[in-house]
Amino acid sequence: MPEFVSNNISTINFVLINIALGLSIYLTLAVGLLSLANAGFMAIGAYTVAIIVTRAHLPLSIGLVIAILLAAMVALPFGMLVLRLRDIYLAIATLGFGEIVRITALNGDKVVRLFSQDKDLTVFSGAEGITLTYTTPKVVLGLPDTTWPILLFVIVSIYVLATLHGSRYGRIMASIRQDETAASTLGINVVRYKLLVFVLGAAIAAGAGALSVPIVRVIDPHNYVFGRAVDILAYAVLGGMTHWVGPIIGATVLTALPEVLRFLKDQRDVVNGLIIMLSIIYLPSGLADPRIWALVKRILSIPGRGRTTMGTGAGP
Amino acid sequence: MVQETTKPLLEIKNVTRMFGGLSALDDVSFDIPKGAICGLIGPNGAGKTTLINVISGLVPLSGGVIRLEGQMINGLSPHRIAERGIGRTFQNIRLFAELSVLDNVMMGHHLKQRGTLLETLLRLPRSRTDERTSSQVSLELLRSLRMEHLADVSAMALSYGDQRRVEIARALALEPCLLLLDEPAAGMNSTETAQLTEFLFELSKTSITLVIIEHDMDVIMRLCDLVVVLNFGVKIAEGPPHAIRDERQVIEAYLGEEE
Repeated sequence: MPEFVSNNISTINFVLINIALGLSIYLTLAVGLLSLANAGFMAIGAYTVAIIVTRAHLPLSIGLVIAILLAAMVALPFGMLVLRLRDIYLAIATLGFGEIVRITALNGDKVVRLFSQDKDLTVFSGAEGITLTYTTPKVVLGLPDTTWPILLFVIVSIYVLATLHGSRYGRIMASIRQDETAASTLGINVVRYKLLVFVLGAAIAAGAGALSVPIVRVIDPHNYVFGRAVDILAYAVLGGMTHWVGPIIGATVLTALPEVLRFLKDQRDVVNGLIIMLSIIYLPSGLADPRIWALVKRILSIPGRGRTTMGTGAGP
Repeated sequence: MVQETTKPLLEIKNVTRMFGGLSALDDVSFDIPKGAICGLIGPNGAGKTTLINVISGLVPLSGGVIRLEGQMINGLSPHRIAERGIGRTFQNIRLFAELSVLDNVMMGHHLKQRGTLLETLLRLPRSRTDERTSSQVSLELLRSLRMEHLADVSAMALSYGDQRRVEIARALALEPCLLLLDEPAAGMNSTETAQLTEFLFELSKTSITLVIIEHDMDVIMRLCDLVVVLNFGVKIAEGPPHAIRDERQVIEAYLGEEE
């Protein structure tokens, strides 16, 4: 394992998890839905895997599949119910969903015991949470075997989003975001596409939650509070909501920045907050703003090709 | 060949729409034969746009029936009505501003694409050939409106007249049997209006049926086979354009009553 990777493996893991979460909220934002349910779906994924791995002793891969299916099964009826809401009303309803999931995890055991003979049965373990025993991850091809699944999951998620983005689905999503009435008069079943995107986003969030289990190892309700939902939203807002690259950059910066700023010791949080504030003010379309890319490209092209190629486009 | 009296394409029967206590449409009835160009005129606030909104399903009816080729379409959601072959434009242009002109028009061709989500995700050939067909059809439409050079420009960068034409192209990409145009020439200069009239005239030679809301009487007189006049939500006249022009009630509605 290269030294950089082994020194920063925890940060790398969290960057990857947060990229997946950022992508999940990007999907709903791409059709103009402000949904904050992703922390809730992440919790569903995490608890499902934690319960399956610790109580049923089944492998992570089976847990992952069940977690994603369960989240999709919850997202479908919940989406049918709330996706008629718009803007801040949808945000409030979906925040409520996150709280319901969290409180279910906190107090679920009491309910389970009502229906069980065993009065000491624990499934969710309340505020204490489910703890996995620590085993040193094996290193496979230069990465720990806990990192590989997340990396693959992120790659698959990016593939799905990039493919959708470049297909008619990307166009339909953009049209719904910009004017859903006009879209409906062109034969677009707006409700159906919103639901599709909501369920897909829930599945990605649940997958991220599921694969975070072997890394965080302690799954307790506190991981999935209101602040978590806001963090996920911040990845997309800081990174940019016009392209799927946005949440990737946003999640990477927001997760890695506190680590990079560690040398500032006590002032770290202040500088961290300041950087986020300034980037939101001066880069309202996010770090993935096309103008920045144009600038980066220009700077990179200057030493190589010289200034003559600028603006002409046609060159040898 | 025996000329059969076929059923009208669109039947509007006792259509009423209330907004609060106000009736925007009050018991309006008329038929539009297949292939006709129907002009919808009347003073501001007469209920013309409401009628188009009601036909395209954006506004529900308070009473009455609308039939397309004999089948009831009121109560269907807008996307279902679009599937039946009714396309429309909007008075206050509603293009997808951030999309390119070509993408806007391709949105209209969406119903003709069959590639499913799974096929798209697996990048199977059908979704790609569909996409290619859509872009060819859309480019062809833009060419017929002399706009193909603007295909890659984003819609918000266009002039007002060009935006109207893109909206018409987008609605035509739906391959509709009935096209509802809400003031297609509004904001155009006289050259653009003449070009548009010519285009619509050529279009009327196909099997398409048109409903046009327009204030420019020259356009109405030149194009329409049938004119329906609304005033305060009530149909006050219906007939061929030259007959409508001389009708006393119509003149009164536009110019006020003579003493």
